[in-house]
Amino acid sequence: MLQAIAFYLMAAVTLGSGLFVISARNPVHSVLWLILSFFSAAGLFVLMGAEFLAMLLVVVYVGAVAVLFLFVVMMLDVDFVRLREGYAQYLPIGGVVALLLMIEMVLVSFAVADRGAAAGKQIVAAAADASNAESIGRVLYTDYVYFFQAAGIVLLIAMIGAIVLTLRHKPHVKRQDIHTQVGRKRSNAMAVVTPKTGEGIADQ
Amino acid sequence: MLELFNHPAAPEAIIAIAALVLLPVGAFVGNARAALISFLGILVLVAAAIVAGSNQLGVLFNGAFVHDDFAAFAKVAIFLASAVAIYLGHGWLARRDDEKFEFPVLIMLAALGMSMMVSAGDLISLYIGVELQSLALYVLAAFRRDEAKASEAGLKYFVLGALSSGILLYGVSLIYGFTGSLQFADISAAVAGGAGTGAVFGLVFLICGLAFKVSAAPFHMWTPDVYEGAPTPMVAFFAAAPKLAAMVLFARAMDAGFLGAQAQWSQVLMVIAAISFVVGAVGGLVQKNIKRLLAYSSIANIGYAILGIAAGTQMGLQAMLVFMVLYMVDVTAFFAVIMALQRNGQEMDTIESLRGLKREKPGKAIVLTILSLSVLGMPPFSGFWAKYYVFKAAIGAGLWPIAVAGLVASVVAAFYYLRIIKVMWFDEPVSPAGPSRAGPSWVAMAGAAFSFPLVLVALYWLDPLARHAAAAFGLQ
Repeated sequence: MLQAIAFYLMAAVTLGSGLFVISARNPVHSVLWLILSFFSAAGLFVLMGAEFLAMLLVVVYVGAVAVLFLFVVMMLDVDFVRLREGYAQYLPIGGVVALLLMIEMVLVSFAVADRGAAAGKQIVAAAADASNAESIGRVLYTDYVYFFQAAGIVLLIAMIGAIVLTLRHKPHVKRQDIHTQVGRKRSNAMAVVTPKTGEGIADQ
Repeated sequence: MLELFNHPAAPEAIIAIAALVLLPVGAFVGNARAALISFLGILVLVAAAIVAGSNQLGVLFNGAFVHDDFAAFAKVAIFLASAVAIYLGHGWLARRDDEKFEFPVLIMLAALGMSMMVSAGDLISLYIGVELQSLALYVLAAFRRDEAKASEAGLKYFVLGALSSGILLYGVSLIYGFTGSLQFADISAAVAGGAGTGAVFGLVFLICGLAFKVSAAPFHMWTPDVYEGAPTPMVAFFAAAPKLAAMVLFARAMDAGFLGAQAQWSQVLMVIAAISFVVGAVGGLVQKNIKRLLAYSSIANIGYAILGIAAGTQMGLQAMLVFMVLYMVDVTAFFAVIMALQRNGQEMDTIESLRGLKREKPGKAIVLTILSLSVLGMPPFSGFWAKYYVFKAAIGAGLWPIAVAGLVASVVAAFYYLRIIKVMWFDEPVSPAGPSRAGPSWVAMAGAAFSFPLVLVALYWLDPLARHAAAAFGLQ
């Protein structure tokens, strides 16, 4: 009973905050709603017994991704009012497409629910002797090492791409070069001059 | 030691290790010696192609990685096409004093992603392979970041690619939910007696996602803009190897994973093929830019390749492989000619700018004529043989109406290829070409020589090889 209440509460909060993400006028508010929806989705994971995924969602999505979004939104001077200019214009056709897709999905889910969804298909049982962080750890570097390594290469490409597309060597930027600083001699930095009284120092 | 090269995943390991070594080496020697990195990259890809063609077949990682005849055939073609792309791209960037050592590394990593795609035996390796390849392509599209058009192309490609990945993943999650497995072998067992509504629903999303990647209509919107904006050698690469990889992945997902639902996906693919014919043929008629024109041409051509898969027979798969290989050669050579043509420092990328090319550069005009005739499908050039295989397979499987639509589309499309030829041979030149640093065009000449008469020799061994590769799924 309590579980059902918690489920409906968190599911409603997830959906509601998702709606506010796209409808909030202020982009900063959108990101804050997004964080709320991540939190309630994490709560749904906990209800299903997937604590590790819940923590991952909070740490990675709330802690890193959403905060990064917040920085980007606050730092970039994006005129969101102008971005939304076409909103009303595209709303009718977008709405029709979304409605059609929703009707299709609802029909399919009814058709599927009639036949008992995925009933009868084998589902991998959770290991009885391990917490779910441990059971993910057991397969991640063994059975799924191929995907793990490949995902690593995907991240490597993302890094190369970020560097290729943003790194610029500007010719006229003055950088500190410790080697030249340390290697500087007194003779090429200082000169003793004896100016006559009443005359300035000429350019040396 | 030599046994290592015989391992089923040896080509991927070679490329991955080489890319990881060349990246820091490149960072140390700097962009000034990018030529060295490019040269080594080409060597590595050629070596990987040789290994992929001769190593042991096998299934690894609990079925996630499948190296069979079908994958081996595609890998050899993909690695060789990527090596050519490095050669073309390096020369092009060097002529603009914009060499970067990351370029060959990115092409190698894209090739790695493509070989993951063709070997995918599992929906996760399908997705990671697609992402690995696409992410490298997004960067390549925006590689000339100071050009507004190239940045726009990169951004468009990235946003629409991310959308299509989302659609693909949604399909994957539905399939997982309704069949209880991510592996093609298990999925195929689950849908053996006919797929349920849920699995078919997921399958449709999967097909939509893959159709985005191969730029089949109605998921083609990004293609003309990306082709026009991205640097020409990158487009030459986009149009060849990644298309083959995605088509092979398409075939594997359908025939290894969803053979039981063939009646359903075959219909969807036929519709996609038919729409691609129409969009490709009609859309190309009004184009003024050659790169946009080739984008529409590629949409139409992907339609023919999809028709091969829709046939659902071994002959259809063989036709798809032969078609894609011949198309890859044609399209790479076509872009190589465009790269080798310059007028006053500007790339001649509009049809108008080709006026009177025969007077200025007769050699290149002849090459371009041969290639246009070949893409058009004129016998005895290679494009004709490619289409011949597809139509034979489609008619063999009883897909008469779509085959006729394809035939009509290629007649309509003939108009725009013939217009290129007409402009080159019969129109007055605009202005004399000034001195320019256009590249060598031997890749283009080799491509033209391949499209006729070398194709006849090549088909002699391409035909049995493709048939052998297509037999990997044990279809009819």
